[in-house]
Amino acid sequence: MKSLAQNQPTRRLIGSLSALGLTLTLASCGGGGGGTGADKAASTDTGGAGGFDGEVKVGILHSRSGTMAISENTVAEAELMAIDEINAAGGVKVDGKKLKMVPVEEDGASDWPTFAEKSKKLIDQDKVAVVFGGWTSASRKAMLPVYEAKDAFLYYPIQYEGQECSKNIFYTGATPNQQAEPAVSWLLKNKGKDFFLVGSDYVYPRTANTIMKEQLKAQGGKLVGEDYLPLGNTEVAPIIAKIKQALPKGGVIVNTLNGDSNVAFFKQMKAAGITPANGYAIMSFSIAEEEIAAIGPEYLEGTYAAWNYFQSLDTPASKKFTTDFKAKYGDKRVTNDPAEAAYSMVYLWKLGAEKANSVDDNKVRESLVGVSFDAPQGKITVQPNHHIEKLVLIGEVQKDGMFKILENKGMVKPVAWNQFVPETKGYTCDWTQKRPDAGKYKL
Amino acid sequence: MTSLLDTLFNGLAIGSVLMLAALGLAVVFGLMGVINMAHGELMMLGAYTTYVVQNLLKTGPLQALFPAYILIAIPLAFLVSGLAGLVLEKTVIRRLYGRPLETLLATWGVSLILQQLVRSVSTAFFIGLVLALVLGLGLPRFLPAAWLRQRWSPLLKLGSWLLAGGLGIALAALAGQTRQLRLPWFSARNIEVTAPQWLRGSIEVAGVTMPTGRLFIIALTALSLIAVHWFLQKSVWGIRIRAVTQNRSMSSCLGIPTDKVDALSFLVGSGLAGVAGVAVTLLGSVGPNMGGNYIVDCFMVVVLGGVGKLLGTVVAALGIGILSYVLGSGSLLLLWPQMPAALNSLITFFATTSMAKVLVFMLIVAFLQFRPAGLFPQKGRMVEA
Repeated sequence: MKSLAQNQPTRRLIGSLSALGLTLTLASCGGGGGGTGADKAASTDTGGAGGFDGEVKVGILHSRSGTMAISENTVAEAELMAIDEINAAGGVKVDGKKLKMVPVEEDGASDWPTFAEKSKKLIDQDKVAVVFGGWTSASRKAMLPVYEAKDAFLYYPIQYEGQECSKNIFYTGATPNQQAEPAVSWLLKNKGKDFFLVGSDYVYPRTANTIMKEQLKAQGGKLVGEDYLPLGNTEVAPIIAKIKQALPKGGVIVNTLNGDSNVAFFKQMKAAGITPANGYAIMSFSIAEEEIAAIGPEYLEGTYAAWNYFQSLDTPASKKFTTDFKAKYGDKRVTNDPAEAAYSMVYLWKLGAEKANSVDDNKVRESLVGVSFDAPQGKITVQPNHHIEKLVLIGEVQKDGMFKILENKGMVKPVAWNQFVPETKGYTCDWTQKRPDAGKYKL
Repeated sequence: MTSLLDTLFNGLAIGSVLMLAALGLAVVFGLMGVINMAHGELMMLGAYTTYVVQNLLKTGPLQALFPAYILIAIPLAFLVSGLAGLVLEKTVIRRLYGRPLETLLATWGVSLILQQLVRSVSTAFFIGLVLALVLGLGLPRFLPAAWLRQRWSPLLKLGSWLLAGGLGIALAALAGQTRQLRLPWFSARNIEVTAPQWLRGSIEVAGVTMPTGRLFIIALTALSLIAVHWFLQKSVWGIRIRAVTQNRSMSSCLGIPTDKVDALSFLVGSGLAGVAGVAVTLLGSVGPNMGGNYIVDCFMVVVLGGVGKLLGTVVAALGIGILSYVLGSGSLLLLWPQMPAALNSLITFFATTSMAKVLVFMLIVAFLQFRPAGLFPQKGRMVEA
């Protein structure tokens, strides 16, 4: 009798616990993270220059808390730095007036629906002229319908999987043909034909890998295996076993893991002997200078990355950018590709507004195509498909956590609809065309 | 043969991480019936302790000890997490025994507080916090004892806490004027813990590559398990813990200080979480959010094993470890090459890490439908109200 009576609450407890466990798993799959953001960057100061004739509000929407905060803080800081610089130089000069850029910051909290909700708030309540924001493709996909419905504008600074071309988004990060494709060609030419693809389980790695698989087919490579890890998962032993099975004597591993899983991946790969010294060429698409510092250069030395900007890029503009960033946010900080793209896109918007002589978003959109800016990576130009012509670099991680640039492929034009994937082959995007399907039409 | 050995080793490796992480929870949840959602954050404190020890030994007079920093970090992490657990028990859990759902919510809140604490703690923050705590606890002692017996004494206490808090915030703000004091110790970024050289390589036995870090974790798990077993079975306090688990009121009648027993079990359970935190720095990332990666797995192990039985935790952890390795790596195909084609394609479908996780979860849920109390059910108090 007694044991029965006692069993009852236990049973109920276990029931509610398994339900809770399931909810938690779902929540962590969604990449949600609790907590609120720390170390908010100092907001822009008034500059004291004075003499402004008005203000223009711009939205800054990145994750300042949760799993993505580590990466997105840097991007937000780079945008704030650009805004400060523009204000110090007299603001945005439109219609004979000097407008001061006033950033309105919101926290996307690493939670994709929050990004959409905060976007609505920035557009409707704060009436910002433009929003700079997003990191993961999942957050962009969540925001996209909001900007299209309200005919507002999002500037998105991260390398992504392509296969999208919205009138209401400016993509200032790389498309696959500016990062993944040249990297795969380079690997095929220099490192081997057998490829193993590893990625986080969400839209960017899956789409990027689809493209790479088609490219391998077209260029004579061989796919020996692929696997996906749920975001935040740290148990990599099964994947390592598969890599060893598929590539016992070395080969090429392309890594599109995002966030914390990278740390587990590289620590455990090193322990299992899957290292550059043993004949494995490892190429990562989501590891920049910032991530190297968090993972530890010991684990990454000798692996490769493809980006459009490296801190080690030896040009005066690049050096000035890094020096300014360090002066503002601390000596230990590093600059990287996403920060560079974020910094540049604020300037691009400013130049677009000045060319249109208005901060009205549709006028800026039309004038922005063709605008050039001397970015830290070199002179970049906005293309008719709302993407940027960018420098393509391949680098190798050094002991000090910086990249040695192995190959500079020069400026490459962006291709939004991938030409390796059969479904989008032959399609293009050109927003200067006055046709209803300008976002995706067959040439 | 090699592939079988390989499977066993890797299953054991995954299982031992799960076991070490769940061991503390088995004590706290299994023996005391407290649903501690902050368990993952107690692991995080252990991992941060490892980071601090690593940085202290990297340079300075004790540099010779650096290769062994992880061994030094283990007892320290046990202490840090154990003390944090003790404070948690004394301030929060103590008031909530017998109310599992409230403990769930309260410890969830505590986990958020701990996450934010490591993100924002700086010297200025720390000074303010210490001042507020010292004043808050100390002020009432300076008041005439007669006042504290009055009806309005709660108001007095509230007032002194408010005053202490205000002064603490003021001091923190004042100290924050200096840039050096304002800089966060860890910040929201992930931190870098690099394993010492001897734990970064691997050795080869009978064709199976065994990473030394994994071997270290297996050994650490075995040691912790033996220690916990000895503690519960042989030591005086362990026997008292088991007595209170079986019958609280009778133990109390016989003169066992149940308050102390509760505090001690919580300290041990939390300390074990700290040790697990040291171990996972060898495998994964260290950051404020890392706790969330482990908490679900920990509960899964304890619930599957049967609440209140260490043996259950061991079997469940190893079972889940081997199962998720076999499924996730697709090594079933290697072990049984002549498998029928239909089964073969089914297994290939589940042979990705994501799908293996789904399948393991489904199997556990299905199993619990038939054995709701887990592998090794035990009668005991679930802290009867």
